[in-house]
Amino acid sequence: MSFPWARHYEPKNPVMKWVDDRLPLPRFVYNAIGAGYPVPRNLNYFWNFGILAGLSLVIQIVTGIVLAMHFHSSAAGAFDSVNGTIMRDVNAGWFLRFAHANGASMFFIVVYIHIFRGLHYGSYKAPREMVWLLGVVIFLLMMATAFMGYVLPWGQMSFWGAQVITGFFSAIPVVGDWIRIWLLGGYAPDDATLNRFFSLHYLLPFVIAGVIILHIWALHIPGSNNPTGVEVKGEQDTIPFHPYYTAKDGFGVGIFLILFSTLIFFYPDYLGHPDNYIVANPLSTPAHIVPEWYFWPFYAILRAFTADFILPAKLWGVLAMFGSILLLFFLPWLDRSPVRSANYRPMYRIAFWLLVADVLILGWCGGSPAEPMYVIISQIAAAYYFAHFLIIVPIISRIETPRPLPNSITEAVLGNEGGSRITATAATA
Amino acid sequence: MTSIFLRSIKFLIGAGFVFVLLLALISSITGLIKEPPKQTAEQALHKHPKELELESNGPLGKFDVGQLQRGFKVYKEVCATCHSLHMIAFRNLKDLGYSDAQVKKIAKEWAMKQPVFDEKAGTWGERDNIPSDRFPKVYYAGTGNPPDLSLITKARHDGAAYVHSLLTGYGEKPDPALAAKFPEAMKTPEGMHFNPYFANLNIAMPPPLVSDGQVQYDDGTRATVDQMSTDVSAFLVWTAEPTLQVRHQAGLAVVIFLLFATGLAYGAYLTVWRGMKH
Amino acid sequence: MATFEEGLTPEQTVGPGGEIIENPRRRDYLTYAAASVAAVGAGVVVLPLVNSMNPSADVLAQSSTEVNLAAIEPGQAIKASFRKQPLFVRNLTPAEIAQADAVPVSSLRDPQTLDQRTAEGHKNWLITLGVCTHLGCVPLGAGEGESRGPFGGYFCPCHGSAYDTAGRIRQGPAPKNLEVPKYNFTSDTVVVVG
Repeated sequence: MSFPWARHYEPKNPVMKWVDDRLPLPRFVYNAIGAGYPVPRNLNYFWNFGILAGLSLVIQIVTGIVLAMHFHSSAAGAFDSVNGTIMRDVNAGWFLRFAHANGASMFFIVVYIHIFRGLHYGSYKAPREMVWLLGVVIFLLMMATAFMGYVLPWGQMSFWGAQVITGFFSAIPVVGDWIRIWLLGGYAPDDATLNRFFSLHYLLPFVIAGVIILHIWALHIPGSNNPTGVEVKGEQDTIPFHPYYTAKDGFGVGIFLILFSTLIFFYPDYLGHPDNYIVANPLSTPAHIVPEWYFWPFYAILRAFTADFILPAKLWGVLAMFGSILLLFFLPWLDRSPVRSANYRPMYRIAFWLLVADVLILGWCGGSPAEPMYVIISQIAAAYYFAHFLIIVPIISRIETPRPLPNSITEAVLGNEGGSRITATAATA
Repeated sequence: MTSIFLRSIKFLIGAGFVFVLLLALISSITGLIKEPPKQTAEQALHKHPKELELESNGPLGKFDVGQLQRGFKVYKEVCATCHSLHMIAFRNLKDLGYSDAQVKKIAKEWAMKQPVFDEKAGTWGERDNIPSDRFPKVYYAGTGNPPDLSLITKARHDGAAYVHSLLTGYGEKPDPALAAKFPEAMKTPEGMHFNPYFANLNIAMPPPLVSDGQVQYDDGTRATVDQMSTDVSAFLVWTAEPTLQVRHQAGLAVVIFLLFATGLAYGAYLTVWRGMKH
Repeated sequence: MATFEEGLTPEQTVGPGGEIIENPRRRDYLTYAAASVAAVGAGVVVLPLVNSMNPSADVLAQSSTEVNLAAIEPGQAIKASFRKQPLFVRNLTPAEIAQADAVPVSSLRDPQTLDQRTAEGHKNWLITLGVCTHLGCVPLGAGEGESRGPFGGYFCPCHGSAYDTAGRIRQGPAPKNLEVPKYNFTSDTVVVVG
């Protein structure tokens, strides 16, 4: 799990030695995040976001477990237990509720930046494909968890969001409606749905935690990527995780918590929707059904398909929405460039930033009403999204001429001090 | 590993989605050209709420207890006949500055009684309210559906301003030129009332605040329609989140602490990395 | 270039000529300060989480109950609810009071007089929890027609504990008398328990 020059664990504390001799957890921690894990010395702040994602998960689990002590998972009692008892009567209940709701948003902000870091620096390429695949699995689990969690307060958006999302499954030919009824436990979201969503919402975060352990384990085999995309060549390229990156992550956590606290204490409802403060009414549909902001790009893709072509438009929309995430699994094999980092790939870099703009535009469309102007923009943006991954990136990766890479990380780091840049041609391949 | 076959599959899938999207795009654009969307009456005549300045506004907002008491009086005498306030318990009124004895009296004298089920007779009876009871639900038999007001300022965009504009906006008839464009919308159905601040323009609630002095304030403030409307809006901000002030105070302390702690963390980071070239 | 083979620690830096420079010790304080402040912050965050498990405001609001005594005749008792537990409120007859006073206190397992178990000036009102002090069953005797046991008070069917007219344990496995909660009379006919 470590590099040849990594320090070996030698416990000075007798208690630690006693434990380690019987259960090698201390050395496991030392090798994973302690001084025994060599990390490239040139990581920038975009590498903080993995730890922040882990912290977000811990925050969600802790606040969630305490909230679950007060939540009534029944259609009759859920809304009152959240907006009545928890928000007003439970000691610090308002803090728990706002922390958990905004914590989900923070989790997604952090994970999206983490994913785009991976896209920019080629972290999904060999030999880290497994890290990337596990990451996409974590992202899917997060989306399922968040969706089910949002249903629990049983507000108007909770109910109608559940109605719409489970309605997708009826688009599947032949077995669609049967699957939808099986998921709901009835014909419309009701007690059965709420109870099973509560059960699964409690379970999935622990599944996510398990997959995260695999994700980090898979990463620690080849070690971390770095902004140059050039692999570690020797010990001069690395520094021990502790104390260097523990200190840097500590600072990052501080910034994260400041932003998080600003949301919780000063703008707790900003990222939410007012309609969820109205108790669910199966007989009255809200004027505009929208999911939470982190689902907006996918919602836009779903609604972009308005034309029937062999398959009905609704089915195209569902296939495209799931497809837009599933195609991420294939990214290591779509992008064939041997160069990792976009810093050295001028064409890919442009495509990357176009993708960022595209996803932001899709997000904006997803949160807007389904009026013709927004539909047209989301159609163009969705077309670009699929074109980017399935057409543009594969082509770029074959025809692009990358910029010359530094020979090593150390060279790149010292080269920044003002010395002349050594080109790849000066050294042998 | 990727043969021409696999590569072309990926390309075709991408091309497939793009093609269907382009079809959809063409149909959207042609649809737009053939039948340009007309502005609806709602879009043209609906007004956004006027700005409302309350003590509770802003990140450091707090409650003006005197205003909350006035607002509660407006709720009690004007709104409570039709609108429930089920998330609030009588004991919560202590937040407004009332004593235990006053709260007990308010509860006991509250017109809507607490329903009790008689196990022996199998019927519903009623009893006086006590402080630990929540405000009993009100059921309205007439047209329309008066919503529970406990969370109304959170359940509407810009809620406090919305409530205030709605209550004072009945008299704001639209500009005649605009009204002429939508003759259908200007025909108010029987039993409804035109209000440009309401989403559907016609609301079943008749104007509840009709004249100055409708409510007699205990602290002597002049009860104009605008004043009563502002006060009840402030009261409803409190009912939506009684812990708002506590939240703001805690938030200030937390953010100051975090700025300090993050500053220290930054210093520690610089210390640890001193001399390490990166 | 810093490596660990050269034995470089975070307190040392590499100078311009490649020599190792010791940083003054006082710079460590910043790291320790940052870590301690973070630890304090983490500790403070735990407090509201733990406090949320304490009774919530709506539960605390039900921590006291008002009972109206006007309808209870001498010799009658009612079962009310206090903090979600049964409460026995009995209006003792003069005969029952005399019976309770006649018992020698030293012979009791849990020695208490009736005066000690009732309020000043309201000796006829016996207000106790309806929870047997043995293992928590609800004793009989407060309801209409229920067995009052061999001592005329309450009788617990679970394991045979028998209480007298003052609610004191006389026979059976219960160790203590029926618990008398804190109460006070706000008028002759209204008592606030808790």
